[in-house]
Parts: sequence; C-alpha cells; structure tokens
Amino acid sequence: MSIKKISNIQPESFEFSKENLTEAEKEIRKYPKDRKASAILALLFLVQKQNDNWIPLAAIKYVAKFLGVPYIQVYEVSTFYSMFNLTPVGKYFVQICTTTPCMMRGSKKIVDICKKHISKNPYELSENKLCSWTEVECLGACVNAPMMQINQDYFEDLDENRTEEIIQTLLDDKLPKPGSAKNRKNTAPEKGKTTLLEVKNA
Amino acid sequence: MPKVLVNNKEVEFEEGMTVLQACELAGAEIPRFCYHERLSIAGNCRMCLVELEKSPKPIASCAMPATDGMKIKTNTPFVDKARKGVMEFLLANHPLDCPVCDQGGECDLQDQSLFYGFDHSRYTENKRQVNEKYMGPLIKTEMTRCIHCTRCIRFATEVAGIPELGAIGRGEDMEITTYLEKSMESELSANVIDLCPVGALTSKPYAFEARPWDLKKTETIDVMDAVGSNIRVDTYGWEVKRVLPRVNEDINEEWISDKTRYACDGLLKQRLDSPYIRENGILQKSSWEQALKLLISKLQSFKPNEVAGLVGDLADLEMIYSFKSFFEKCIGSTNLECRQDRIYINPQERMNYIFNSSINGIEDCDFILLVGTNPRLEATILNARIRKAYIKNKLKIYSIGDAGDLTYPYQNIGSNTSIIREIVTGSHEISHKIKNAKKPIIIIGDSALYGKSGKYVFETLKKFLSDNNFVKKDWNALNILTQQASRVGAIDLGVHSINETENFSFFDKLDNDDFKLVYLLGVDNINFDKKNKFVIYQGSHGDKGAEIADIILPGAAYTEKNGLFINLEGKLQSAYKASYPPGDAREDWVIFKDLANMMKKPLGYNNAKNLRESINKLIQTKINNNVKKTNEVDFIGENILVKPIDYYYTNSIARSSKVMSECRQISKRYLFTGIEKAS
Repeated sequence: MSIKKISNIQPESFEFSKENLTEAEKEIRKYPKDRKASAILALLFLVQKQNDNWIPLAAIKYVAKFLGVPYIQVYEVSTFYSMFNLTPVGKYFVQICTTTPCMMRGSKKIVDICKKHISKNPYELSENKLCSWTEVECLGACVNAPMMQINQDYFEDLDENRTEEIIQTLLDDKLPKPGSAKNRKNTAPEKGKTTLLEVKNA
Repeated sequence: MPKVLVNNKEVEFEEGMTVLQACELAGAEIPRFCYHERLSIAGNCRMCLVELEKSPKPIASCAMPATDGMKIKTNTPFVDKARKGVMEFLLANHPLDCPVCDQGGECDLQDQSLFYGFDHSRYTENKRQVNEKYMGPLIKTEMTRCIHCTRCIRFATEVAGIPELGAIGRGEDMEITTYLEKSMESELSANVIDLCPVGALTSKPYAFEARPWDLKKTETIDVMDAVGSNIRVDTYGWEVKRVLPRVNEDINEEWISDKTRYACDGLLKQRLDSPYIRENGILQKSSWEQALKLLISKLQSFKPNEVAGLVGDLADLEMIYSFKSFFEKCIGSTNLECRQDRIYINPQERMNYIFNSSINGIEDCDFILLVGTNPRLEATILNARIRKAYIKNKLKIYSIGDAGDLTYPYQNIGSNTSIIREIVTGSHEISHKIKNAKKPIIIIGDSALYGKSGKYVFETLKKFLSDNNFVKKDWNALNILTQQASRVGAIDLGVHSINETENFSFFDKLDNDDFKLVYLLGVDNINFDKKNKFVIYQGSHGDKGAEIADIILPGAAYTEKNGLFINLEGKLQSAYKASYPPGDAREDWVIFKDLANMMKKPLGYNNAKNLRESINKLIQTKINNNVKKTNEVDFIGENILVKPIDYYYTNSIARSSKVMSECRQISKRYLFTGIEKAS
C-alpha cells in the first residue's frame, strides 16, 4: 500500500442523484445534529456507488459542504480506507481475494485471467474502459474460496472457466449473476446438507 | 487532593491531570513528541511510556489520567527498554540528514535520541521517502523527516481555527498535508514550525541561513501590533536572522503572528543609513552636522505654533518622550499628535484607551461584543485568545459591523450606530444579554471610532457599561483595541492635541495649512497634502514619510535600541537592543538630545537612565489620575464599516519585507479551503 494517487482527469462537478440524496439525508439523520461528520463514510460510499466506483475531488468538496466539515477531513477519510478509489476503476471493479484460503484454492489463476483479459496491472482500465481489477485482502468468504467481488456482489467457488465467463460478460457491459459458481446456497456443503436435516429452514 | 507515588516520591495533583503532568510535578522528566500542553492529547508517539504498578505493559503517560494511589516508575530498566524500542521505530524511517537539517541543534528527536537512541540501526529495508508538500511561503517541508506526531494538525484546527492540515493515507504511508497542497490561510501558520519536534516543518525564509548555536539571542518585545508579543530576536552580526516567540502567559502564551515572525527581513532593506537633504527636488546625502544645522535654522524661521509634530506607529517611549520634551522646551510648540488614523480618543482617563479586561481576562468572560473591529487582523494573538475562550466557555460572540472570517462563529447584528442606541435604551435583545452576563466584554475597534459617530459610539457605550456596573476595579468591560505599538504609550505621555471640546483640532489645522513645518517621527501611514510645508522625517525606513521629506534623519528600528513599550492592555514592557543601527543612523532620543544641545536648550537628561526615570514619573501620574467621568453625546447615525486591513503591509518594516510581500500576494488570491461560507 502506498499513498493513493489522485486522478488527473476530474469531472467539473458532482451532485447526488435524487434517490441518493434522500439516502444521504437518511444517513445524516442517524447522528446528532452536531455530529454530522459521522456520516462521511456512508456518504462517500454513496458517491462511489453513483460514480462508477470512484470518488472525484468535486465529490469530496460536495460531501464536505453537505456535512459542513473541512475538505481535508473528507479527504483524509477517503485516503485512509482502501475501499475508496480516487481514480476511475471502470463501471465494473473486480476485487480478487488473494489471502491464504483463496490462494490455496487457486486465486492466482483468477488473477492471471484478469491480467490476460482486463489489463496487465491492477487499477488499470481495460481497453474499453469498462473494467479494472485488483488484489485485496480477505473478504470473509473463505468457505467459498476462491472468490472475487465485483462492485457490491460476491462471486464464489470460482474456477478458470467460470471466471473467464464472468470477465467476458463484464467486458460486454453486463453484470453476471452473483453467488456461487457451484450453485450452492450460501456456505452450505456442496453435496447438500449433512447436519440439521430435520430443521426445515436451516 | 489525590496523591500519586512517582519513583517512590509522593506528590499531590489536581483532579483531571494526566500521569505525565503528575510526573512533572514530582520532578521526573518524561520525553515526548506528540504531547503539548496547549493542544489536545493525541497519544500517538508513545515516547512517554512509564511503568505503572500492576500493569503488565508500559503506559503512555500523556494519555492516561492520573488517579489516586497510582504507583508510577519512570526510571526503571523496563521503562528505558520500552522507550528505546519506540525510539528505534521512530528512527527506522527518519533520514540521517541532521548535518543539513535546519532543526539541527534545537531538535527534540536529536536531543532525545542522545538518551534513548541506538548507535546503529537494525533496519535493513529501504527507508520511507515522502515528497515535499507545499504549505505556503513561510513553511518549508521535508516530509521524509516527519514522525507523525500530528502537533501541526492539532494546532491548525484548535488554536489557529483553520482546519486545513490533515493526515492522508495510513500506517507507514501516512502523510501530513494541506488540502491539495494549498498554502495555509492563517496569520498564525508559522507557529507549526516551532511545534514540529523534528525538521519536517522548518522556516522557509530562514532556510540554511544560520545554525542556532551561532546566533546571539536577545529577548525583547514585538512592535508589529499593539499586543506587544514577547519575542526572542536571533542575530548574526548585524543581521536579524529570525524572530521566535517567548512564553508569556499573560500576553501571547507561546504563539506569535506571522507578521511578527517574518517581517524581520524588512529590517535589512530600504534602510536609511545617512541624513538626506532635499536640494532642487532631489534628496542628497549629507552629514549629520549639515542636516541638523539646516533643521535648526528652519525651526527658528517659523513661529512655534506653525510647527507640528507627528509620532508614528513603531515609536518607543524614549523616542516619544524626548520628542515631546524637545517640542516643548526647544520649540515651544504643543502641536503634537500620534493618531495617524484620525480616530476618536478620550484621553481623560487611562481606561478610555486601553484594553481593560486584559488579554488573560478574555478567557474568563461570558459575553463578547465586537464593535467595528476585526481582531483577527488587528491583533492576531488576541483573536487566538478569543477563540480559546470560545472553545472553553462556549460563549456567544456578537459583532456590530461585518468582520469577515474570524476563525470562530459570531453573529453580525447589523452595522448602523442605531443598534448601539437600541442596546443602550434596552430595546435590543443583546441589551439584556449584556446586563445578565457576569463578565461581559465590549471590544471597540478603530473602525467604530473613526468618522463622525466615533465620539457617540465610545462615550455611549462607556456610559452604558458604567451605569450597569461593569466598569469596576475587578472587572472592566470597556475595551479599546488599538493597532499601533506606540499608541497607548504616546497618549500616556500626552502626545496629542485633544482638549475638552476639540478632538481633531490638530488635523483641522493640518488640513487648513496652518502648519508650515511638520516633523514626522517614523510616520508612514498618514495621507496629507504637503503643499508648501517643510517636512522633516526621522525614522528607520525609506517609505511613504521619507518620500515627501525635505530633511531625512536616520533612526534606529525596534531591534536596534533599548526601549519601553506599552501594549494595548497598558502593560509596560522593556525591549532590548539586539542589533545596532546601520551606517550613520542613531538612536532617536540621542538625536533629540543633540538637537537640543545644539540649540543651547538642553532637555535635562543626558543618559538613558535619567530619561527612563522621567518617563516613569510621567506615566505614574497618568495611572494614578482617576477622573471617573462619563459624557452624554448626541446620537449620530452612521454605518460602522470594518475597515479592510492590508495585514501584511501595515507598517514600514513589513512593507520593506520581501517575505511579507509574498504572503500578501498569496492572500490576495485568497482561496478558501476550509468550510466555504454559505454565500
């Protein structure tokens, strides 16, 4: 991890869409009036959701004014968390877990596929500017390793074929169906339940 | 009182103290980087580790509140090992560039590594390299040296009230910066240089100029504003290399404004180093004898009441007093004035022109009303106190006249003098708030005293306050915020032409061309029509005054003479000689003494000691003189407009300074980076 670079290409302005505006106001209402700054994280998350997974400087200023805090405070938060991107990462941002369990189950192969189909280096946009990838630390889905996160969704139990399929769909500007590639429910055993057989909704 | 045991020594401490403070009471010195008495506690450098009985780990003493019965040890091998470990981590990424670092010799890290550092490094990885950050024309950064103590961030947000500094990134990659590397928009910004425990933030104008052990240090008083900040002037030979703050809890705590700190390079430029005489419209160098002879012949060719004298902003008491006695004894003229800005002043009582609540008193007050003043630019250090009081007491601050951004929120209640009438008559909501307050403060600035309504504003507010029993010995709510270092002293010494009925008679005469000869004593801020007047300028810098002069006498600047100053609270302070005047320039009171001797009318004192004695006598009579009088004045409706101040250009020294010019250029392109105002 080194300090995040700020994109050279910046949009002139940023504003919340209508639904995000109501969402943002809802977030602010969760905190006391003089503690509005608590909503910085939630608001930055909304920005990222609205703006193709990255936060432009205009949005930092917008959020600061929205909450009445200094610019630097929002800037600090946005550089602290690795989940916030300050450069464009494309409409589909692929985060591949490469921590131990996923690594043992073959996450390196997934990284190689991304390198081949999306771009050579992490955080580099694909040729059609739709997609980029990066390696991340544990995303907490070790049971379904290897896995990756695309935007807000998890794609689990991956193998080479399924990954290639997913990446291709992304490059065609479509979001594939999230979840397990082996069609298992959540973290249930691959070949059906082995315990708690008598409980219906277990 | 609760007690703790520090190194088996029992000490009593006050409730709410930290372990570090308790240890200091016991005389145990604790090393620290991030902890600072005047800032909030961060607890992130870990240098202040101490051993606490029954605690398996050492504790950070700066962040741990002391409780009754704690048993603390600060000198055990356990503590030593812990601190050595911390120091090793701090030094792991710190560059070994002490020989080229400006902090060398006065660096906390350097000092403490003498005790806790290792002689070699076990760290074999690459050291961290951080790019320099731009923070304006005053602060030079070398961020590789930064140890992330966050003192500068806390100072900017808490004391300066400009939340522009922050830490971006995290862990090893944390970097201190301003938002997108804009310059710091604060008049107190350079204090972060003193706060920085390492050489990450150093002084840009002073970069590579000198080493601290080569400098001669003189503790003296600042004259850039009327606050009278306590400073230390560091000189190398004749040159003033830098100005640093000195701790004075009653005045400037340990901060000074950027102007105080960096106008000192103006002492080297535009200096008058020999007398000049204007011949055929051109100023020609001359000798002292020639200039003084011409001056005396000119003085004798006019009637005494045609001769007038003006005292400038940076004059010390010696200068003012000898000027006055020269005028009275040698010329026989009483046409003297010190108010270049033509504001209303009532010199009958001392409390009419000083800051009565005192700077320290601001912290105790529970209500502040600003009348036509922008304390941020007029008295930066005082403004920092108001901000401190605002944070401490959560007090409400009101202002008559729009003062701009003051680094704390205030309510502007309009700008017409009719509001004062409403307050006095009780029909304004503020009126009750003042009456109900225990310790209110009303600060009247120059902008309110200027113009036709000045007399009304002052006398009415004074009457209102004394009627409501706020002008007492233990609490006086009436405050005048003067901007000039010489002002209070000059009025104390009676250098004004104010009588019962006429306040501006001097200026009327000046405008009506009643004066034939005007003697300017370091006067550079007045605009008047010269016409056929003969102008004598005596001062240190070739500025506006010298431009129109017919005779120029070179004087000494404030660092070049011993002098007395009275600050805006009426505190008498002594300034000391750090350097000497350049070329043929002389100390000002000596010039008057010589002039008087040449005219065969000696002033009655031959050395500085005698002079000071007579000054003291005169001031004592002024302090003891209690008139206790309030006047009723007819209402004059007028808008109080807070006059814009060219902060970095308020006097001749600042105007000669290159650094101040740079600051001025940048502040003109004022880009607000904090919270933008609603408009």
